[in-house]
Amino acid sequence: MGPNPKMRKEFFDSTRSSPFPDEVLERVLSLLKSHKDRSAVSLVCKDWYNAESWSRAHVFIGNCYSVSPEIVARRFPRVKSVTLKGKPRFSDFNLVPENWGADVHPWLVVFAAKYPFLEELRLKRMAVSDESLEFLAINFPNFKVLSLLSCDGFSTDGLAAIATHCKNLTQLDIHENGIDDKSGSWLSCFPENFTSLEVLNFANLNTDVNFDALERLVSRCKSLKVLKASKSISLEHLQRLLVCAPQLIELGTGSLMPELTACQYAQLENAFNQLKNLSTLSGLWEASAPYLPVLYPACTNLTFLNLSYAFLQSHELESLLCQCPHLRRLWVLDTVGDKGLEAVGSNCPLLEELRVFPADPFDEEVIHGVTEAGFLAVSYGCRRLHYVLYFCRQMTNAAVATIVQNCPDFTHFRLCIMNPGQPDYVTNEPMDEAFGAVVRTCTKLQRLSVSGLLTDLTFEYIGQYAKNLETLSVAFAGSSDRGMQCMLEGCPKLRKLEIRDCPFGNAALLSGLEKYESMRSLWMSACNVTMNGCRLLAREMPRLNVEVMKDDGSDDSQADKVYVYRSVVGPRRDAPPCVLTLSGL
Amino acid sequence: MEGGVAYENDLNLKETELRLGLPGTGSTIEKGVSAARNNKRPLPETREEGGANGKPDAQHDDQENAPAPKAQIVGWPPIRSYRKNSLQPKKAEAEAAAGMYVKVSMDGAPYLRKIDLTVYKGYPELLRALENMFKLTIGEYSEREGYKGSEYAPTYEDKDGDWMLVGDVPWEMFLSSCKKLRIIKGSEAIGLGCGA
Repeated sequence: MGPNPKMRKEFFDSTRSSPFPDEVLERVLSLLKSHKDRSAVSLVCKDWYNAESWSRAHVFIGNCYSVSPEIVARRFPRVKSVTLKGKPRFSDFNLVPENWGADVHPWLVVFAAKYPFLEELRLKRMAVSDESLEFLAINFPNFKVLSLLSCDGFSTDGLAAIATHCKNLTQLDIHENGIDDKSGSWLSCFPENFTSLEVLNFANLNTDVNFDALERLVSRCKSLKVLKASKSISLEHLQRLLVCAPQLIELGTGSLMPELTACQYAQLENAFNQLKNLSTLSGLWEASAPYLPVLYPACTNLTFLNLSYAFLQSHELESLLCQCPHLRRLWVLDTVGDKGLEAVGSNCPLLEELRVFPADPFDEEVIHGVTEAGFLAVSYGCRRLHYVLYFCRQMTNAAVATIVQNCPDFTHFRLCIMNPGQPDYVTNEPMDEAFGAVVRTCTKLQRLSVSGLLTDLTFEYIGQYAKNLETLSVAFAGSSDRGMQCMLEGCPKLRKLEIRDCPFGNAALLSGLEKYESMRSLWMSACNVTMNGCRLLAREMPRLNVEVMKDDGSDDSQADKVYVYRSVVGPRRDAPPCVLTLSGL
Repeated sequence: MEGGVAYENDLNLKETELRLGLPGTGSTIEKGVSAARNNKRPLPETREEGGANGKPDAQHDDQENAPAPKAQIVGWPPIRSYRKNSLQPKKAEAEAAAGMYVKVSMDGAPYLRKIDLTVYKGYPELLRALENMFKLTIGEYSEREGYKGSEYAPTYEDKDGDWMLVGDVPWEMFLSSCKKLRIIKGSEAIGLGCGA
């Protein structure tokens, strides 16, 4: 008896019901956490789509205008946690007008109706008002986690509403926002019987908080794991806080300005000694050398050290690094110089991520900061390095080639040579070969930022080799449309492309017609794109939103800033006058 | 215009100082005075540490001749506003406070420092602070020979844009005219003592 063809057909028939009951399928799928995996799963068949939708607890929306809150709520009825991102990344650098949009309020209104049991909200580059924060605090009784990163439009009054009303709050993470810091009284709004806080990050704020209220809060929140204090917290305050919370895993100190007596210094040292579990240390505002040793006892288990607001010299950094044998992530200011980076190379064999920020990015009189020598030194000592953000004033092709040879596992390579269009300072040639080496050698590269003098050759290399590249940032680079065409034709996984001040025009823009729907967004500013080019793009691709912002006094035909993104809801209706929506015309 | 190198207070030049106005005021008057004293020591041209083969690029040449600030490009370098605002107020606050902050650079050091001149009562304290800051010895001042006994010499740029040796003018005048400090080393330092 041969195999029954009918059975075989049923076996392969993808529209046949799943062999599992829905509850089982949902249970299995609920174990999937990655939203990419979940998206893939939802495409298998209708049953799986439904099961995945019902079991999804966390939804990630990378562009708030790509979808509407109603559509999200319709598809995912049981969401407890939402991550929402708004403005284009270049808004961080003042390239986007303040009233551009990305208002969170419409989302909150829908969530209040559809997700009354919402627990977590994480916002990045969204416009958030005090009214919205109050609305959030009052309408979601189970609310636990609020994270605001690079948002603006709110003040400490909004934080007061959160502190007052969110009885189940576990995380309040206020990070690098444009916040109107009116007063520190918000902290005193946490009720005296409130004990659930696990994460408190108010490093963003400068106004004084009531220290006694803070001390009581920290004492009674026994599960507090993360505390990142603001500059207003002095060393003496810090000591008292640490005594209340030796269980901390992440600490952001306040100001490290010297004001201690010898006895207080000893007490502080003792307090740091109690922090056996510390894995992250940050803050260190105005860190001053005599007081750094007080941190040493807490450094043994550190994996992440953020010194990016501490003006340290090389020898100060070196002494500190000697205390941190397990360091995996390090952020520093370029005040440490190449010599400081040599110390990194010598002392941090497990380092995976390095970020070097410029202390004086706009000051032309600074002689050095860091150079290619520092980066090289790190690459020789830290072979596991896979994430770098490096601001420097000089670089060579040879150095970068050696660096990636030493560290071929880069996933994120963000190099900023601060003088636009600067060539290799030894050979005076373009930096094409540097980035060619990066994309050729680092096959896992996901994110790349290029700088320096670059011709179209750089982009030919990128198109040819960067097969895993998802995010690409380009500034003051390229020679012709061909450069951009290479990027669009060559990088199959490209999702976010941001370009400024490059000689790419309409031909380049339009060469990506087929591509943009598979990407989250394209940003082009100060390039050679015209309004007509944008209109053509909008006409050809109705499922893309094409938005143009014009600079004051620019030519009528020029499209100064162009933002293109895919959307299932068509052109947005909240665009301010300065944003011209070209879609659907 | 005698030597008067007692290093204790004001370099003992008070008696010989020509003063047409209150100390620390009237820069135009001071200018006239200092020109008359002809105390300016010619310094070798400030050479920016450019490339490895010493090729200063065009931008550095501009800085030496015409110190007009370049127009800042919006949003470049790409530093988040938050970070910019966190680091800048520190400088702005410092400058706004009742102090006189000047930058101090040292040849060979990768970075500039900033000090508040008003916290020092005179040259000896200032020089000690510089020695501590950069971990070096500066040596003793003499009017004729500059700083002997060390390979370093502290210099400063005055309001005219001229580079002077620290100590050449009375302390008060120095306070009012010093725009920035630079510690030079090596042959340049030695050459200073010899005038022309």
